Amino acid sequence: MADDGTQHPLKIYWIMWIALFVLSSFSYATDFMDDGALRTSLILLFMFAKAGGIVWIFMHMGWERWALKLAILGPPVAILVLIGLMSLEGNYIEGSRIDNYGESTMEVATPGHH
Amino acid sequence: MSEAVLDSGAAEAPGKQGLVDDWSRDKQVFGVPWGKAMMWIFLLSDTFIFSCFLVGYMMVRISTTDPWPNPSEVFALEAFGHPVPLLLIAIMTFILITSSGTMALAVNMGYRRDRNKTFWLMVATALLGASFVGMQAFEWSKLISEGVRPWGNPFGAAQFGSSFFMITGFHGLHVSAGVIYLLVIAFRVRRGFYENRPGGYEIVEITGLYWHFVDLVWVFIFAFFYLW
Repeated sequence: MADDGTQHPLKIYWIMWIALFVLSSFSYATDFMDDGALRTSLILLFMFAKAGGIVWIFMHMGWERWALKLAILGPPVAILVLIGLMSLEGNYIEGSRIDNYGESTMEVATPGHH
Repeated sequence: MSEAVLDSGAAEAPGKQGLVDDWSRDKQVFGVPWGKAMMWIFLLSDTFIFSCFLVGYMMVRISTTDPWPNPSEVFALEAFGHPVPLLLIAIMTFILITSSGTMALAVNMGYRRDRNKTFWLMVATALLGASFVGMQAFEWSKLISEGVRPWGNPFGAAQFGSSFFMITGFHGLHVSAGVIYLLVIAFRVRRGFYENRPGGYEIVEITGLYWHFVDLVWVFIFAFFYLW
């Protein structure tokens, strides 16, 4: 069989499961940190660690051949271009809104707890 | 044409040479069942849809001059007399991870041809998924009762509501569809539908791919929408 990724010991799933729990707890913990570059990097770090574990172990991508790996994981890289362009555009629009309409004067309520 | 070319698949080279072989030899490229290759390609297209939503959310959040509502306050729940930030969202995250774990075990049990365990693990996965959707419905009703709408909300930028309902709604739809998909396959497994079929229990792995993908998308939504 070409597909040799069908039979694994259960141990690797238990390890992955526990790792996801721990990483998610870390993700949640970042919400209690002050905003800043450190918090943002940790959010991204834990996000990619979790995503990688799910794809590589749970979705068995680690056991697939490179033909499939690259066909599936390659194209999403193009999204980075979209992210880059849209953040440039977004910042430009924000700037021109401020130039033309001034800063926001919106009155906001604090979310209430009943 | 040499014999060796036609006799592909017998000894497939690993790594880089295997990549070249798979794409250039006179054979099927992906050495996996069609159902699995097609599910991967479907998930790839779904990746682009979710990415478009998340990039759209990023764009409106950057470009608005109104203050963005603080998700940590908006999604806080009262517990032990204090508002706990993102409490329900954290519980939903853990539920989805747990369901991914039971699904991974179901796939393994399927390949071991243990129908009973596969069935119950898939049912457990579906129940966890259904409870996730239930909590999301609770979250939606809470926000709607507080005045959050796709066109505005009392806590800040109007785009918050549209992004929230669009992204979590589309994800919730995926979870709901996954619950139905899981149950259909689980009951077929139980009655032995796949015992004598050529693909056997590959279907459990294919269903699992979809389910893990739903969990994967939630990882990104959690990071970008709730934490950022």
